[in-house]
Amino acid sequence: MNFNDYLLLFCGMGAVTYLPRALPLLYLAHKKLPQGLVDWLGLIPVSILSALLAPLLFCEGASRSLHIGKPEFLVAIPTLAFALKTKSLAGTVLLGMALYWVAGYVL
Amino acid sequence: MLPEPDTDKTTVRFSPENISYNVSKQTAVLLGFKNKKYYNMPHLPTKKNLSEGASAAWPICIGYVPIGLALGVLAQKAGIPWWAVAMMSLLVFAGSAQFICVAMIAAGASIPAIIFTTFVVNLRHTLMSSALAVYLTGVNRNFLALFSYGITDESFAINMTRFRSGSWDHYSALATNQFANATWILATVTGALLGQFVPQGAFGIDYALTGMFICLLVFQLHGGVYIFTGLLAAGISVGWYLFIPGDSYIVGASICAATLGFLLQRRRRIS
Repeated sequence: MNFNDYLLLFCGMGAVTYLPRALPLLYLAHKKLPQGLVDWLGLIPVSILSALLAPLLFCEGASRSLHIGKPEFLVAIPTLAFALKTKSLAGTVLLGMALYWVAGYVL
Repeated sequence: MLPEPDTDKTTVRFSPENISYNVSKQTAVLLGFKNKKYYNMPHLPTKKNLSEGASAAWPICIGYVPIGLALGVLAQKAGIPWWAVAMMSLLVFAGSAQFICVAMIAAGASIPAIIFTTFVVNLRHTLMSSALAVYLTGVNRNFLALFSYGITDESFAINMTRFRSGSWDHYSALATNQFANATWILATVTGALLGQFVPQGAFGIDYALTGMFICLLVFQLHGGVYIFTGLLAAGISVGWYLFIPGDSYIVGASICAATLGFLLQRRRRIS
């Protein structure tokens, strides 16, 4: 592919990525939202985070199969406990990294 | 009679603090003051916003380094030059879609096919964009148009947590997005240029984003309904992931879980 092909491809990808990010915000931010929608949207962050995380912890990416006991999951248990106890983002990230690093040697 | 205002300058007023600034007309238009007298924006951006953004964005930045390097290395192996990687990270700025794009280029896919796949993979951002609207009501559209560029899974999670806790400034949120963006561009280009020299898996850096998501999930658990919704989303997501190919599990599980959680919340309130 030459420069123009890349430019066309990435502009196209950029447009279809940007519009779903921008249009709901541009539209909804200037509307009076019904309370029901606000309540529903309030549950979206916890849902998205859970939906993103769960397959990372419980599933094998390559074969797309269930795998209980992945290092990612085993490390997540103390990491989660630490997060619940301390509510510290920095501490949780660093502890998770350290444990995962160690798990790479031990497991 | 009042003196004629300076033709090059105009006054903009920010609520709720009611601070006024004299700025050039171009700046006023840029800030969205063309037709309105004032906007629901606390102030003009300050250095404090930069430092707040940096301190919020650092877990994202650490997490982006290994992923960005990996993407750069894969792109280089697929024969994509470094300047094209830079262009992609700047114009698209979407991790998973960029990985898929590199794989599709390597497999010889057509440009429309790659664009369509990107569209499907990134549709989940409509949900995030909608959820952010709750905290950005009445903010001017130029700001929102700029802010939207940086809405990713990671920046969304960080900014939502901060917005909910109260005093999170829009400009700090924008700075968070842009720090993440800058790191992403640097990491992917570095990967394309010299990624093969970087050791894999050092310092458990591959777990940075997972650790961040775990902690941000904890921050989102505000009560029984939230815990219920989170567990539901996890269960549905795993099931969906196992049985339905593609990336629809994120959007699918989120909508199902949020809706069921919402119904539970309703019932509790009525009874």
